[in-house]
Amino acid sequence: MIRRTGLFELAICFCGGLILLFVLAPLIGMILHSRVASLCETASDSEVLKSIRLTVLTSLGGAAVLSIFAVPFAWFLARRQFAGKRLLSAIIDLPVVIPHSTAGIALLSVLNRDSLPGSIAEYFGFSFIGNPIGISVAMAFVSLPFLINAARDGFSAVPERLEKAAMTLGASSARVFFSISLPLARRSVMTGFVMMFARGLSEFGAVIIVAYHPMITPVLIYERFTAFGLSHARDAAVVFLIVCLAVFILLRTLSAERNHAEN
Amino acid sequence: MLKIDGLAVRLGNFELSAASFNVGKGDYFILLGESGAGKTVMLELIAGLIEPDQGKIFLDTFDLSNVPIQKRDLGLVYQDHALFPHMTVRQNIGYSLPDKQKSQVEELAGQVGAESLLDRWPATLSPGESQRVALARTLARRPKVLMLDEPLASLDTPSKAGIRSLLRHINAAGQTIIHVTHDFEEAVALANRVAVIEKGRVVQVGTPEDVFHSPRYQFVASFVGIKNFFRGKTEIQGDSHFFHAGQAVFAVSPCVIGSGSIIFASEAVTLSPDKPHGSARNSFPGTVAEIEPVPNGFEVSVDIGVRIFSLISRVSFEEMGLATGKKVWASFKASAIRFIPDGETS
Repeated sequence: MIRRTGLFELAICFCGGLILLFVLAPLIGMILHSRVASLCETASDSEVLKSIRLTVLTSLGGAAVLSIFAVPFAWFLARRQFAGKRLLSAIIDLPVVIPHSTAGIALLSVLNRDSLPGSIAEYFGFSFIGNPIGISVAMAFVSLPFLINAARDGFSAVPERLEKAAMTLGASSARVFFSISLPLARRSVMTGFVMMFARGLSEFGAVIIVAYHPMITPVLIYERFTAFGLSHARDAAVVFLIVCLAVFILLRTLSAERNHAEN
Repeated sequence: MLKIDGLAVRLGNFELSAASFNVGKGDYFILLGESGAGKTVMLELIAGLIEPDQGKIFLDTFDLSNVPIQKRDLGLVYQDHALFPHMTVRQNIGYSLPDKQKSQVEELAGQVGAESLLDRWPATLSPGESQRVALARTLARRPKVLMLDEPLASLDTPSKAGIRSLLRHINAAGQTIIHVTHDFEEAVALANRVAVIEKGRVVQVGTPEDVFHSPRYQFVASFVGIKNFFRGKTEIQGDSHFFHAGQAVFAVSPCVIGSGSIIFASEAVTLSPDKPHGSARNSFPGTVAEIEPVPNGFEVSVDIGVRIFSLISRVSFEEMGLATGKKVWASFKASAIRFIPDGETS
């Protein structure tokens, strides 16, 4: 069947092209302005490598630890009806809408040495401030909604009858969660995890207030920009961009594996 | 064995009201009702998946009110079978079995004719095969009562016959079964006891013979093809008995006085263009409201204040020149009417 392309479809294609250009142009421009030799030099710069390792590990660590609490909570939100559920959902989305420097200030006030969490940390011999754990907390704080929302949608899509059937077959609530709900919502949970991790990698505003040092890559790029100018900062930014894309593609590929629930 | 005592629940706009019935050991008990009547809710209440607002469930005289779902000794097979899509058939059947008993999976699959399906994924099974697997998975728990939600609804005719035979076989082996359906034929074919549920109320319980020969509700009567069904009450006027059904008053044979239902066959109602002079005590002028061709003639609905149905031959139909809106007389004998007094539902 021959399908004519109408004016409306052409207009939509034009809009889509503009959007793609808007996203890709700055990134491609940045890459094109970099020289291969200086990129290679930056990629072997121990300070850059150290900061990239720290960024990836703190973001991954924060996402992994928070998942233990957030994923069962997302199931609870998907399955249970209770008074105040809408309010609770709004609270969960709060970190997305507040300015991240504000989030950093808020975190600083609960993680400093005079606060209860700060004093407990000090008792165990460390401080959140200026510590990778503080960085992880800041990253997780701003990126947690991505995990909870995706996981909640995933659990909602699992037919409740499967969980009920498992219960009538003698399975405890915990077994139902781990053997039915979680495997069937795995794809959404993994997508949420990847989104949380990716969002954590790019966090700057909250982290710079909680822990300027040790330096994560976004802070390092900012410091190089203010100290040495655009070209120095750009090389570090391109290297970081390549690492982020590689990690992102890897995790998306792992999470995109089709599961039987979606057949 | 299983006693349902005054079970009631409100779920949004739906209300299941004070349902009571008993299911004996080895019974094939069919809960018959239209879509939305509350059949699945009843099963989920018994299974413990929904908490009742009032009422109790007893299994072997033991109150199940505070017994968790997992320990109720009841099995439930959903209409859509609810097979776990991320597990093979073998894993599905073995889901409730402890590791030491996983070898029973083959035996269970053999019982339901699913031995060749063990390594397949649920998405690749036909509805009939899925039903067999769901049955095997539930039977693995050796439930005291097996509850089936519309087990034949999604099946084609050959699969239906196979599953029906399998269910009969499982019941014959001593398994108590509660089966909910909207299909009258399933009840006739399988049940030794039937309950009828209508709009959240269990309205009639008995053997299939009791329920279908003496329907107390329009819903049941319509199942067995009785269209002339009216609810009302009998009265004596002089020496005669009459049945008042809204605007219509029917002469009936002597019977108990009180509320109940009357039924009479469409074949018993004759139509004539003029007032008949025969012995029929019930003669009413009316208007032809609807004509429906049926294999052995025409079913004519006549409005006499209420609608009554008459089955007439093609020859009579043509002789009278019947058409919608035509004035006719409908007549039938008092002895053709059967009065069914209201009584206990079980």
